[in-house]
Amino acid sequence: MQDTPVTPNPMDLATEEKPRWCPGCGNYAVLAQLRKLLPTLGIPRENFVFVSGIGCSSRLPYYINTYGMHAIHGRAPTIATGLKCARPELSVWVITGDGDGLSIGGNHFIHAIRRNIDIKILLFNNRIYGLTKGQYSPTSELGKRTKSSPCGTIERPLGTVSLALGAGATFVGRAIDTDAVHLAGVLERAARHRGTAVVEIYQDCNVFNPGGFTCAADREAWQERIVYLEHGRPLVFGKNRDKGIRLNGLVPEVVTIGKDAGKDDLLIHDEKARSPAPAFILSQMQYPDAPEPMGVFRCVEHPCFDERMREQVTTAVDRQGKVNLAKLFHNGDTWAVE
Amino acid sequence: MTVAQTRPPHDKFVKQLESAVVRFAGDSGDGIQLVGMQLSRACALFGNDVCTYPDYPAEIRAPAGSLGGVSGFQIHFASRCIYTPGDRVHTLVALNPAALKTNLPDVEPGGTLLVNEDAFDEAGLTKAEYASNPLEDGSLKEWRLWRVPMTRANRDALAGLDLNLKAVDRSRNFFALGLVYWLYDRPIEPTLQWIRHKFAKDPLVAEANARSLQAGYAFGDSSPLSSTRYGVAPASLTRGWYRMLTGNEATALGLVTAAQRAGKPLLYAGYPITPANEILHELARYKHFGVQTLQAEDEIAAIGAAVGAAFGGIFAASGTSGPGASLKTEMLGFAVMTELPLVLIDVQRGGPSTGLPTKTEQADLALALFGRHGECPMPVLAPATPSDCFWIVLEAFRIAIRYMTPVFVLSEAYLANGAERWKIPEADDLPAIDVTYCTDRESFQPYLRDDRLSRPWAIPGTPGLEHRVGGLEKEHITGKVTYDPDNHERMVDLRARKIAGIADDIPPLEIQGPTSGELLVVSWGGPYGAVRTACEQCRNEGVGVSHTHFRHLNPLPRNTREVLAAFRRILVCELNAGQFRRYLQSQFPIEATGCARVRGKPLTVADIRTAIERTLTGMR
Repeated sequence: MQDTPVTPNPMDLATEEKPRWCPGCGNYAVLAQLRKLLPTLGIPRENFVFVSGIGCSSRLPYYINTYGMHAIHGRAPTIATGLKCARPELSVWVITGDGDGLSIGGNHFIHAIRRNIDIKILLFNNRIYGLTKGQYSPTSELGKRTKSSPCGTIERPLGTVSLALGAGATFVGRAIDTDAVHLAGVLERAARHRGTAVVEIYQDCNVFNPGGFTCAADREAWQERIVYLEHGRPLVFGKNRDKGIRLNGLVPEVVTIGKDAGKDDLLIHDEKARSPAPAFILSQMQYPDAPEPMGVFRCVEHPCFDERMREQVTTAVDRQGKVNLAKLFHNGDTWAVE
Repeated sequence: MTVAQTRPPHDKFVKQLESAVVRFAGDSGDGIQLVGMQLSRACALFGNDVCTYPDYPAEIRAPAGSLGGVSGFQIHFASRCIYTPGDRVHTLVALNPAALKTNLPDVEPGGTLLVNEDAFDEAGLTKAEYASNPLEDGSLKEWRLWRVPMTRANRDALAGLDLNLKAVDRSRNFFALGLVYWLYDRPIEPTLQWIRHKFAKDPLVAEANARSLQAGYAFGDSSPLSSTRYGVAPASLTRGWYRMLTGNEATALGLVTAAQRAGKPLLYAGYPITPANEILHELARYKHFGVQTLQAEDEIAAIGAAVGAAFGGIFAASGTSGPGASLKTEMLGFAVMTELPLVLIDVQRGGPSTGLPTKTEQADLALALFGRHGECPMPVLAPATPSDCFWIVLEAFRIAIRYMTPVFVLSEAYLANGAERWKIPEADDLPAIDVTYCTDRESFQPYLRDDRLSRPWAIPGTPGLEHRVGGLEKEHITGKVTYDPDNHERMVDLRARKIAGIADDIPPLEIQGPTSGELLVVSWGGPYGAVRTACEQCRNEGVGVSHTHFRHLNPLPRNTREVLAAFRRILVCELNAGQFRRYLQSQFPIEATGCARVRGKPLTVADIRTAIERTLTGMR
């Protein structure tokens, strides 16, 4: 069997609407990768639907020439769920942010994941409310000073990947807007996953939260502050690839290869592990205590909600035979008056 | 089963009545609803017209014997057409003191109290907060008291069966039912058959229930306590097939039927809430009709899923009650903005907030009409009777699809749980719902409107029609995002005119009684039956009172102004503090008074008679 051929002339996915994001916004990078990716998936353009909530990133559907719905705050996963149940042949994507997806829409986020409905959720995390001009978000660091937290926040941030894993995610990935090649790879993995695929995209808001991700402050630093996850490979990072992650009990620790530990001592990444626990340990690693993992944390197979719902309908149709309203009306206790 | 329209043979002791109202009451674990349903079934099969209404406590099992744990079920059966479950109870079957205490106020003077005297021990009386035994202290003199040792007599009847005492007592409800069958001269055979069928897997339980039923009947026959039995002859009903239907069952049937008549799948999404749950339960059993049911994580997700399904081009609906309707309002506004067809059913209950979760009310009207931010018009419909829920849902989908709009259906706990006779329609005669998706890429514009001001339904998967919709204001015709002030004003106006224009496409109001005169009584929703009955009674007594009923609340039928203007005074009957009256008064120069109650109970015929008399007196 041949691989799906890459469309030679990627269809034009630009719309008449000109993106209205701030100059330098990471959203442009994600949009560009999506426009490149979609034509390679072997799905007709008219079968893509992008559903978003409210926030800067949620404007994305207007800029991609597929079907789209710019919905209300936090509720995109609910609409995507109904749409996917109604039309299983569609490729349904949710575009959301840290405020939209984890705060006002947190409930829908976890329940979409729990059901494993076959939708892709791209969560653009910039750790701030940008569209409303700078309030702290559920992923803002503890103590962050913003317009709504002049003395610093007193709330601990929520980890997108940890939350998704806790909800039973079958696919969770993370990428960063500034690493286009890696981002493209994670998005493609998500697109090809059957089930709810969650991708957290670290993305700087350079107006209201510049440098939101110190782990990725600059390309030089990032090699020391980020560890790329590769299935079946040890966790190695650093400019000279001389550092690694070793598990000490359940605690990950940074070791220097050759000095503190040999390569065999390092944690081997297993995205298909039976338990989500190892992925959860990785999801808790944060700079500066540890390098932040990027890549696919977890990718396992599990039946999709929409598939099983369809199965129940098909089984019922098979079992109960051809549809007949008259039979339904006359079901149960009836009587005739003559 | 076939009903011959002949009078049953009866002995000279059977006193013929035109109608009777029986209420069973006991603990919520006593099987009250079950025997209530059986009596209504027996009466329906016998040929009577039947209306029923249950009365549940909010708690599943409040402490046994307590006042809060009393469950009731009322059956009104008649030899003529009836429209309500009855105002006053003729016979109350009280299985314990708490049931007697809470239901006694509804029993008409001279009515029969069929009481399980075995439950009137010290413990039972204490739980019901009786200072003295009402069976003995003379406080029940107004009524015909029939003390029956139900528990003991039932135990005697079941002696020899291999059942423990608890299981024996569990069939006591059938003993009580047997007594009622004797008292009202009902045939017990259909119920015996039902018992055998229902408990086929557990023959011992079937045997116990059957014996209890027969023992109850025999007890009546041999008891010296009651010398009078009653008969209620079959009613003259139109030829055809019938079944009993609750409002929620009718709603579910209507949803399936609407989708089937359009040849589309249905997605129904709901979140558990009283008293709307049965719609979800029923539909979950109709998967073989291509029905998908989604129990969502919350009320917002349920209506969100409906919006998504509607965007995808299938029939989409969500059901809830007041608190859920509040939560759904933002998404409804979104459906108004994106102009997508779906149906929301709000089975109203007492509010505000959690209010009276199991009791009926009609106080969500203002929410349905006005409860969304922005200028956000939406069609609002309300069924008149339990079986009308079927027809109103068909109508709601007809409007939703034809006008590309969400439609708000205001059902009520009273209609949802109440049951009446439904004349089963010929499936093929039901109107088809015509669905046309836009496929023409040359002419397609997302907000290009037709002569009804309706926009095209262009569903994902259609090549060349890729477009974006959303909550942001859209440019007329093109659907591009725009903040242009003139465009916004135009779109607000277009959305309003689209909904207002539906008035040309709905039936005019009908008037029962004279078409002009002193007093017009107005109803919407569940009070229909009581208002109709009250007005008919008035006219039979020579008082010229007319009645009109609204099923379409927004827009109102075209002849509303004309109908209202022909009367000197309007009396609006509703279960809220006057919402529909004020709505009418805001549009028409009318002299209106209200019969508006909020007691968690349906309006009675007596309530309306009183209001009519008061209004007429006030006019003199």
